[in-house]
Amino acid sequence: MIEEISSRVLAGERLDDKDFLALEAGADLHQLGFLADSIRRKKHPERVVTYVIDRNINYTDICISACKFCAFFKTPESSDGYLISKAELKQKIDATLALGGTQILLQGGLHPDLQLEYYEDLVAFIKSCGINVHGFSPPEIFHFSQISGLSIGTVISRLIEAGLDSIPGGGAEILTDRVRNLVAPRKCSADQWLAIMEEAHGQGLRTTATMMFGHVETTPERLEHLRRLRELQDRTGGFTAFIPWPFQPDNTVLHDHRTNMRTSGWQYLRMLALSRIYLDNFDNIQASWVTQGPKIAQLSLFFGANDFGSTMIEENVVAAAGVSFRLPEQEIRRLLEEGGFTPRQRLMDYRPAHPAENSG
Amino acid sequence: MKKYIQDAGLGEIYDKVAAAQRLSFKDGLNLYRCPDILAVGYLANMVRERINGHNAYFIYNQHINYSNICTNLCKFCAFGRKKEDELAYEMSVEEVKDKVRQRLDEPIVEIHMVGGIHPDLPFSYYIELLEGIKEVRPEVHIQAFTCVEIAHLAGLRGKSIEETLEELREAGLGSLPGGGAEVFSSRIRERTCAEKLSGADWLKVSKAAHRSGFNTNATMLYGHIETIEERLEHLEALRAAQDETGGFLAFIPLAFHPKNTEMASISSTSGIDDLRNIAVARLYLDNFPHIKAYWVMIGPKMAQIALSFGADDLDGTVKEEVITHMAGAETEQAIGSDTLIRLITEAGRVPVERSTLYDVIAVHTN
Repeated sequence: MIEEISSRVLAGERLDDKDFLALEAGADLHQLGFLADSIRRKKHPERVVTYVIDRNINYTDICISACKFCAFFKTPESSDGYLISKAELKQKIDATLALGGTQILLQGGLHPDLQLEYYEDLVAFIKSCGINVHGFSPPEIFHFSQISGLSIGTVISRLIEAGLDSIPGGGAEILTDRVRNLVAPRKCSADQWLAIMEEAHGQGLRTTATMMFGHVETTPERLEHLRRLRELQDRTGGFTAFIPWPFQPDNTVLHDHRTNMRTSGWQYLRMLALSRIYLDNFDNIQASWVTQGPKIAQLSLFFGANDFGSTMIEENVVAAAGVSFRLPEQEIRRLLEEGGFTPRQRLMDYRPAHPAENSG
Repeated sequence: MKKYIQDAGLGEIYDKVAAAQRLSFKDGLNLYRCPDILAVGYLANMVRERINGHNAYFIYNQHINYSNICTNLCKFCAFGRKKEDELAYEMSVEEVKDKVRQRLDEPIVEIHMVGGIHPDLPFSYYIELLEGIKEVRPEVHIQAFTCVEIAHLAGLRGKSIEETLEELREAGLGSLPGGGAEVFSSRIRERTCAEKLSGADWLKVSKAAHRSGFNTNATMLYGHIETIEERLEHLEALRAAQDETGGFLAFIPLAFHPKNTEMASISSTSGIDDLRNIAVARLYLDNFPHIKAYWVMIGPKMAQIALSFGADDLDGTVKEEVITHMAGAETEQAIGSDTLIRLITEAGRVPVERSTLYDVIAVHTN
């Protein structure tokens, strides 16, 4: 069974849901690694692993969503929340540019009072500093639409007008409504998340897609998540990369139920490989060193990943959940080289940041 | 699968491994140099499953480091201190007994005890340590004193290694840990631990212990200035010694932790290098029953993965680990047996709680 599926994978055939479930249940770590690695080699024969230099800026931690897996947010009633000032923003952007950064990953909580004009101004300000804006995950876009009473399409086109370059794939969590109702009931639905990405792709924006797994979801629900992404990608081709990462339980409401269930490196590598195998229409799969640490992240390059994500000059959300790995650019390059790969800085859309850099 | 191995350039080695043939030095070099860690790991897993099936061992043990005062002061070590250093310490026999007493309610089956090469503690101190532990916890197995310490103790006693070991046995010593091996190469020892027992003498002490009826372990400290050839020479020497005596139980590759050492400018080992050392050791040391992925050194996540790359042992629950943590290890200082059992089960292996000598204490299947 596994052998038969493997030979179809190696022949470049698309796997159906039954195949996925058979691999998930029956393939061992080596088999999944071999398959995922073979696909990575086909898609990226040049043994280059890319990364982006950017900074996560969270404009606010005030959020009405109160998701149970989140350790970052503050409620609007709490007095501890913040909203970033322009002076602070400018200082963070300048520091990013000084480190060779090419974009700001701009995300924040769902703030109850701020209007769309605030976000337009935020984007325009960042752009005026000479750096790209990879910003506003679908739940934020949805929230802006609710606040403004404008359609999703209008919100996106106004943000593009203000200078938005691309949209990060956050807030996908698990794209089934059962899971969302359990862990993030106030966040946009699975259908809405996908519709926003489809609209963004239609307006010419590239986006990424994420999956946060290892909490209350079942294996068929992980599969449903991947299937819906693959279907949308077939329609639009707008996703640049898929980024799976495991739920980090510390300081979250879900923690109490899951104390002994922190996703292990073994589960992470399996899910990463299965994603690489199933998502045949995604060019790039990102490793998550932020949650896995440098050692497992390096190993993930043999389990389907061809991208090391961001240098994350700043990261607040995962750190709030008790995990804080730090990797400067030089350390990332060393890990990639020691793994036998050529490191290359890229932009959001995976073009080289320095086009002159030897393509070998 | 075989095609993948052949594409990685390891087809010949695959055939040898499948036929359970001994690998040559050149095979070892090829394995170390092969960029494809999955292929190397797959081969190691073949050997691992042949020797140990799906078992993954761990032990409920207690670590005690009686003193960090040391005259060797190896450059890769953040633990050893001069006697006058403000961070220097030494425990009295009573303090060590207290440490054992404090955990009498736990199912500890092994005391793992090592320390520095102390300039002036007398031989009687070490005898009293062993006797004291046995007095508090008579049934416990004491795995203590690396070959480096044993050679030092024989010097203190003014007797041969064998005679000294006999006295230690009578006081309660059960087996020897594998530390102090570092890298046997004299080039490496001159540059990193010139004062330490030589590689040849380390092996002599191990073999003497084996002939005296003790089991021991062996380690290799990798990831500093050693070459791949020097690593393989180290493995080669261990394999030859094991052919002679058969007394080694486990090989434990130890990842160099640079922080707070004199070699702090060297980078930490990468995950792939950690797995490669485990996998190559499993393939090369065909006469060693066990290969240990010591989670304190490489982290629980990597140790779990290592169970599919040649390792069959995660060491123990380990509380109060001091030596690696002084060198900046960011791993937890203790892992409960429930966590070890979960990591092992999840990785598709059978958690086997063992004694020091690998007798089965409990098989944890649900």
